[in-house]
Amino acid sequence: MSGTIDTSTSVNLQPNDRLRSREPLDSDGFADFIQETLALTKRLFIQLQRRPSTLIAGIVQPLMWLVLFGALFQNAPKGMMGNDLSYGQFLGAGLIVFTAFVGALNAGLPVMFDREFGFLNRLLVAPLASRYSIVAASAIYIVALSFVQTGAIIGVNALMGAGLPSIAGLGIIALIILLLVLGVTALSLGFTFALPGHIELIAVIFVINLPLLFASTALAPLTFMPQWLQMVASLNPLTYAIEPIRYLYNHQQWDLSSIVLQAPGGAVSFGTSLLILVGFAALTLTAIQPLLKRRLA
Amino acid sequence: MAAAVSIQNLCKSYGTVPGVKDVSFQVEQGEIFGLLGPNGAGKTTTLRCLCTLAKPDSGTIEISGVSVLEQPREARKRLGYVAQEVALDKILTGRELLELQAALYHIPKAEARQRIEVLLEVLDLQSYADRKTGTYSGGLKRRIDLAAGLLHQPEVLILDEPTVGLDIESRIVVWDFLRQLRASGTTILITSHYLEEVDALADRVGIIDRGLVIAEGTPAELKNKLGGDRITLRIREFTPLSEAETAQKMLSELPCVQAAIVNATSANSLNLVVTPNRDVLMTIQQSLQTAGIPIFGISQSRPSLDDVYLAATGKTLLDAELSAAGSRDLKAEQKQSMR
Repeated sequence: MSGTIDTSTSVNLQPNDRLRSREPLDSDGFADFIQETLALTKRLFIQLQRRPSTLIAGIVQPLMWLVLFGALFQNAPKGMMGNDLSYGQFLGAGLIVFTAFVGALNAGLPVMFDREFGFLNRLLVAPLASRYSIVAASAIYIVALSFVQTGAIIGVNALMGAGLPSIAGLGIIALIILLLVLGVTALSLGFTFALPGHIELIAVIFVINLPLLFASTALAPLTFMPQWLQMVASLNPLTYAIEPIRYLYNHQQWDLSSIVLQAPGGAVSFGTSLLILVGFAALTLTAIQPLLKRRLA
Repeated sequence: MAAAVSIQNLCKSYGTVPGVKDVSFQVEQGEIFGLLGPNGAGKTTTLRCLCTLAKPDSGTIEISGVSVLEQPREARKRLGYVAQEVALDKILTGRELLELQAALYHIPKAEARQRIEVLLEVLDLQSYADRKTGTYSGGLKRRIDLAAGLLHQPEVLILDEPTVGLDIESRIVVWDFLRQLRASGTTILITSHYLEEVDALADRVGIIDRGLVIAEGTPAELKNKLGGDRITLRIREFTPLSEAETAQKMLSELPCVQAAIVNATSANSLNLVVTPNRDVLMTIQQSLQTAGIPIFGISQSRPSLDDVYLAATGKTLLDAELSAAGSRDLKAEQKQSMR
């Protein structure tokens, strides 16, 4: 150890008198919750600022998809995807959703490292108003990150000629991303607390990542798929995030009753898609409660 | 006034492995209490239950009269915990880590800033405060972790093996700091498997072995209870066994010698337990001289905590440490520490 501790200076190291009382210490639970959540979120952003590679990779990867995958099908007959769309235009909505999805799926990873390295214990020994602040901080961080990444893709997509949805349309896209990210983040945190370590978590992320992409309408419309895959894709929440966004890109006029998807079970409207996403987020958030209670109580 | 820490009949097992079988002890306000025992004795498990990181199977734990099990949040406000493995976020600077810690303890910002400055100064961390903790040496990490544990001015500071892996110099620095802390009124509970550490620091000691507290008291009390002084006698630099045994037989017959054993691991030196009085060394020297047995070296000492441990368990702390090291399941330990 370099340096020494100077014990000659007299400084106040005394225990706080308040803490000597047996009476519960008065505290404002809600204000405490906000303070701890903000501090934990700030930590994640400091990490991001000093290690921006995740953010950069998260933007570069979908752009490479957009360019390469778009080029792969460049000579596909126009109109094949319906509505006079080029494949690049078709792909944009899928990539926006996929990017947000992958980001959210990885949300548990920093928490898993905190579990493994013992940093989580530091948080659990602290008198947090609610341990959900740990979860909330992760969600806030991932949502913000997804917005930045989505924004970048929308921008590049526009430069590549896909056009730009209206302000209201962009707002709806933000809402869709928010719902999807909340739902998937919950799922990821669920895995994080259920699995023994980061190797297992990465394996699970790896396994569900691409199949969920392929079994959605991100890369091809439902009509391209065999019946069984249509069934799978219409059960996949990603589809209900992709189709409304795609609809926004292709149509000047839209409202909640606009039909965005002809699923095997029937036509799905804009409003129904949003409800399905709300339901998905509510479902995963509820499903992980017992696990979080057990691990964090 | 309630004891700073009161643990009654604590029991905690992991699966079929009994971590802590039945641990009870009290730490009084303002003292340093040392929990001494070999690795795997149940020290860390006890602390984990105390810090609300593990749920006991049975037993009660109170911090200043606040039940850890019934009011965990109130208990957490009152304690500072410095874990065995220092868990720092290596991307954050020391100051940022302390700011985060302050927010987790809901210290108002202005007050936190002031406290952080004070602790950085006392722990001589100012010049490192704005460097990432990933660049810190072992001693620096330990100090920033100490600062984090003290930010909210806890009534009870709990340290798990505070000087493991530190060099002698750093260890003495930490000891001095802990003494200073005690002087300002903080109650301190440390675990250690270093005898000297507990002997040098602790006002009272609990010796823990295989999940049970086998002795408790001040170091002096524990040693006095054993009775007798220790004499180590070396006849030659390397003594032949036969000569050592002759001396052993002869010395055993002296009234002031309670026990004499030949220590084969130390070149057949003789370890004697004697009734402490002024003439005991002289008596031994004279009888050796009469028998024509030379003396290479002789020393007298009070019983050590190791002798206390030896008397209670039948093995030395070092032996227990070595046999525990062979049977440790690091994977299981990692699993226990993860939430």
